[in-house]
Amino acid sequence: MTAADAISQPALWPLTAILFIPAVVAAFLSLPIIPKAREEAVRWITLATTAVVFVLSLWMAWPQLFGAAGPAQFTIGEAGMQGIVKQPWIPAFNIEYLLGVDGISMPLVLLTTFLSMLAAAASWPITKHVKAYHVLFLLLETGMLGVFVSLDFFLFYVFWEVMLLPMYFLIGIWGGPRREYAAIKFFLYTLFGSVLMLLAILMLYFTSDLRMLSLEQLQAAHVIAPGLDAAAAADAVTAIKTAAEPIHTFNLLALAQLGQLPNSPFAAVNLWGMSLETWAFLLLLIGFVIKVPVVPVHTWLPDAHVEAPTPISMILAGVLLKLGGYGILRICYPICPGAGLSLAWLVCGLGVVSMVYGAFAALAQKDFKRMVAYSSVSHMGYVMLGLGVWSAVAGNQFRWDAWAQGVNGAMFQMLAHGISSAGMFFMVGVLYDRVHHRNLEEFGGIFNRMPVYSGLAVAVFFAGLGLPGLCGFIGEVLVTLSSWNYSRVLAVISAFTVILTAAYILWAIQRVYLGAEYKGPHGDHLTPMTGRELAIATPLVFLAILFGVAPQTLFSYVTPSVNKQVETLADWTRRVRPDAPGAQEPLAPAAAAVVPPPAVAAQR
Amino acid sequence: MDLGSLLTTTLTDTLSVSLPLFRTELAVAATVVLLLLCRMLPVLRLLDSALVALGGAVFALWFAWVDLRGLPGSPWAVADVAATPLRQELFGGLLVFDSLTAYIRLVLAGFLVLYILFTKVSGIPDREDGADFYTMVLGATLGMCLMASANHLLMVFMAVEMASVPSYALAGLLKGRKASSEAALKYAVYGAGAAGIMLYGISLLAGVLGTCHLPSMATELARVVGEQGIGSGKVMVLALGGLMVAVGLAFKLSAVPFHFWCPDVFEGAAAEVGAFLSVASKAAAVALLLRLVFSLGDPAAATAAGGAAAVAGLAETRHFMTYVIALMAAVTCTLGNLAAYGQTNMKRLLAYSTIAHAGYLMMGAAAATAMLGTSPAGARNAVTALAFYLGTYLFMNLAAFAIVALLRNRLRSEEISAYAGLVRTSPGIVVATAAVLVSLIGLPPLAGFVSKFLVFSSIVEAIRAGAEQPLMLVLLVLGGLNTVLSLFYYLRVLKVMTFDPPPADRPTEAFPLVSLPGAFVTAVAVPVVVLGVFWAGLYAAAQIAGRMVS
Repeated sequence: MTAADAISQPALWPLTAILFIPAVVAAFLSLPIIPKAREEAVRWITLATTAVVFVLSLWMAWPQLFGAAGPAQFTIGEAGMQGIVKQPWIPAFNIEYLLGVDGISMPLVLLTTFLSMLAAAASWPITKHVKAYHVLFLLLETGMLGVFVSLDFFLFYVFWEVMLLPMYFLIGIWGGPRREYAAIKFFLYTLFGSVLMLLAILMLYFTSDLRMLSLEQLQAAHVIAPGLDAAAAADAVTAIKTAAEPIHTFNLLALAQLGQLPNSPFAAVNLWGMSLETWAFLLLLIGFVIKVPVVPVHTWLPDAHVEAPTPISMILAGVLLKLGGYGILRICYPICPGAGLSLAWLVCGLGVVSMVYGAFAALAQKDFKRMVAYSSVSHMGYVMLGLGVWSAVAGNQFRWDAWAQGVNGAMFQMLAHGISSAGMFFMVGVLYDRVHHRNLEEFGGIFNRMPVYSGLAVAVFFAGLGLPGLCGFIGEVLVTLSSWNYSRVLAVISAFTVILTAAYILWAIQRVYLGAEYKGPHGDHLTPMTGRELAIATPLVFLAILFGVAPQTLFSYVTPSVNKQVETLADWTRRVRPDAPGAQEPLAPAAAAVVPPPAVAAQR
Repeated sequence: MDLGSLLTTTLTDTLSVSLPLFRTELAVAATVVLLLLCRMLPVLRLLDSALVALGGAVFALWFAWVDLRGLPGSPWAVADVAATPLRQELFGGLLVFDSLTAYIRLVLAGFLVLYILFTKVSGIPDREDGADFYTMVLGATLGMCLMASANHLLMVFMAVEMASVPSYALAGLLKGRKASSEAALKYAVYGAGAAGIMLYGISLLAGVLGTCHLPSMATELARVVGEQGIGSGKVMVLALGGLMVAVGLAFKLSAVPFHFWCPDVFEGAAAEVGAFLSVASKAAAVALLLRLVFSLGDPAAATAAGGAAAVAGLAETRHFMTYVIALMAAVTCTLGNLAAYGQTNMKRLLAYSTIAHAGYLMMGAAAATAMLGTSPAGARNAVTALAFYLGTYLFMNLAAFAIVALLRNRLRSEEISAYAGLVRTSPGIVVATAAVLVSLIGLPPLAGFVSKFLVFSSIVEAIRAGAEQPLMLVLLVLGGLNTVLSLFYYLRVLKVMTFDPPPADRPTEAFPLVSLPGAFVTAVAVPVVVLGVFWAGLYAAAQIAGRMVS
């Protein structure tokens, strides 16, 4: 396809535009066009850019809102990849500029653009090197979005790493007193994980062989365009099938197709007693769980979250942690299903350990922000448990719908945590901007001094607690219910963790917002929320309530794609591992309770 | 054959075959002569020697490009220009022209052009020293071109010496400074020692095998190892000779444990000289390493020697060479990265970074050697990876040293602490430094990442092909860990530049990118970014170099 063809195809544009508008504006800002003194202009340009990107992603994700749906927009309720952008990049390695979204990545893209917009608005108190801050901030947004929309493993890795450097500087220059330590710690942990990921990528690439796939599989993986007429498609398949040398690929969808073959090349290769599949799964898992993060590789998180400035904490908790969960869901399981099946205990175990550990650690914190940071560790533990239950095998209690329920719950938990944790960090930041301390023991009586703020803050904290009717509840309940079928012990533990969560959040609310009077320094600075702060807090609270009372809003995106992936893998287990306990159980209608009827989705 | 016909054959061979493929070297050599002539005549002394050198370098670059362009398989072939042969022995087998020669010469000539521009911008050497300086730079480059094309052990030694001796003098360029003279002396003494050992090794090899012509040596080697078996006296002597030659190569590569000169020389000599040593010298040494290993381990040579024993013997030789290179690579890379931690001087830090990168390059060379016998396609990819690495390394290290030199002109210091808070006054140069250093770490989307990616992928390919599997796995893991290790010290420089407050006595003048030095830094830093995203072109050129593996 020539460049002219590419430009004339409207379907190519939305994702590319969403991805690169922030980077282009960052490049523009870094040129000496706007004088350094015009800080206000830089802030407004950044806010406008993030708003444009958000509206664009909303336009793509929710066509009904903007009238008739165009071909480039997202069809809610469709499970497969949409908005595919495919251009050759490095032909020698079959590396492509391959983008696409499905029900799993689309909501995460929306979450990213939405939180970036709010974080840009929350960046007004930044007064040091304003221009550099916003340039790095916009580059960070491109990096995060790139991870969610890339379908080429090489491209995915590039974006995964592109995020690191802006984040390092954002924490290291604009952070708190221990910022340098926190910044390098964040960088080192993530780089260590991503080097392991690179090794896994290379192993998978050199083992993959497109010649093993059929026409349908190649089309499903977008190696051959699905719209191609029959004759041309047949020619393309013949060209691939008759190649003398193996054709390696970085295409994530094709790698998944290969990994799910009965004669999967990844399972066939044996390296030092374990299949390559297992090695790749473990290496990738380490890379992703460092980002999630999971105990015992979580220690960068409290430092980074506490030292980062408020808007960056919002991004860290709201988006960056989701990259790990997304990677496990999109890459680990589909490409290495066999290893996922045998290592389910590991993923679930890690999830429950961090759940409990994070909750206890949060109970012990004196620093308000640190407490919120540990609550993230605990909440992301539910995500791990939900994802792990996906491949649940335990005794004769193996049920397919439990898989889907767990994964749907994990996805919902990721999105809900994105809203609630960003909200919690913002609420802490509002207080910190006024009184310049975060010691939980030195607050109290904030309700009297700042009633509107306190009302919103308590709502957000309740959402984090998992109060029914707020967004945190749905994900936790689904995950806990689904894990019952896998291991009753884990289910009981995760249910009891809710009590711990309630304990640290209620205790924090009691110490900060309730009480007779404010006990700490700078009491006279406790002024009511500004209009800007209200404009950031209100949408977060609104969404926390909306997702709590109408979870279908999210499930209408998530469930079709998740269920399709689960069904594919359930089918894989039946075909490839018929000896797995319960593999021959009939496929129940997966998680029917949470799937809205198609009519509902269409009406919205 | 009588004398007359011998002379006629030699003459036609030289004039019609050898010299046309030797134009790059001839251009460099002619420039050296011209530079010396210019000093003789008072009128010509007015001519700026940098311009003369630049002119010669541009000619050399053009010839090198034409040679590469004409190679079979090149996407840039021009219809009415005759194709260059894929492999051609020159001057009766003393030199060889093949795709690797062509590529390395292009890298060297390209570097030379950029380098002369750089010295012109940075102001070292001054007008007075110019003629001496450029004579030595061009002379050393000529030696490096020969290193890339040597096909005979005598030529190997001559080329190494020709590249080294001018470098010793260059290290002492800053005449008044004690550190500079010390660096030159240290370099010369080390160099002489290494050269002596190498020459002894050459005499051992030549004595046992009865020839110095590399392809003939390979056939003999296969026969001797096959006949005598491992552990026999003759093979032990051969191994000893090979190790001694490796010492000479390790010195040029600054591989551990023959790296001690590198930090001292880099610190004592001007940053301009450091740039020359770290880029050009490294590229030539890697080419020579590949040439020796690929000539001596050539599977075709074993077939020529005949018999299964010869084939097995040569496989054993390759196994030995792989282990030596891999071991050195692992130690060099790790030690270079660890030793870089404690450095406070930027040039010293870059010296250790150079050592570490020599380690990564040697990892690729080890993978190439391992796959030579079993998977020629894999070996080709490994050579391609190394060629690509050298192409990007040129820009990364030239940019790094250019920044050091140009900041020295401003700040009068090369200590890292002197760079504190530079971002306040000169954000442009800090962004350029960040791009270069992050590329040296190997993070996308910068050129250094692609290079590392390619080297690691060669190692994985070797693992997948079952060539020296456990060893390659160790290399792969070490390479990954070293990437993480190197993060600390590169980032520390950036940390000082951005996080730390500037010293009070710093002159406030900014280092604007819109200036001649700024333009040069931009010109060499921009490829570091561009080659990280659009690397298909350079990769195609590197693939031509990979075609040296038959």
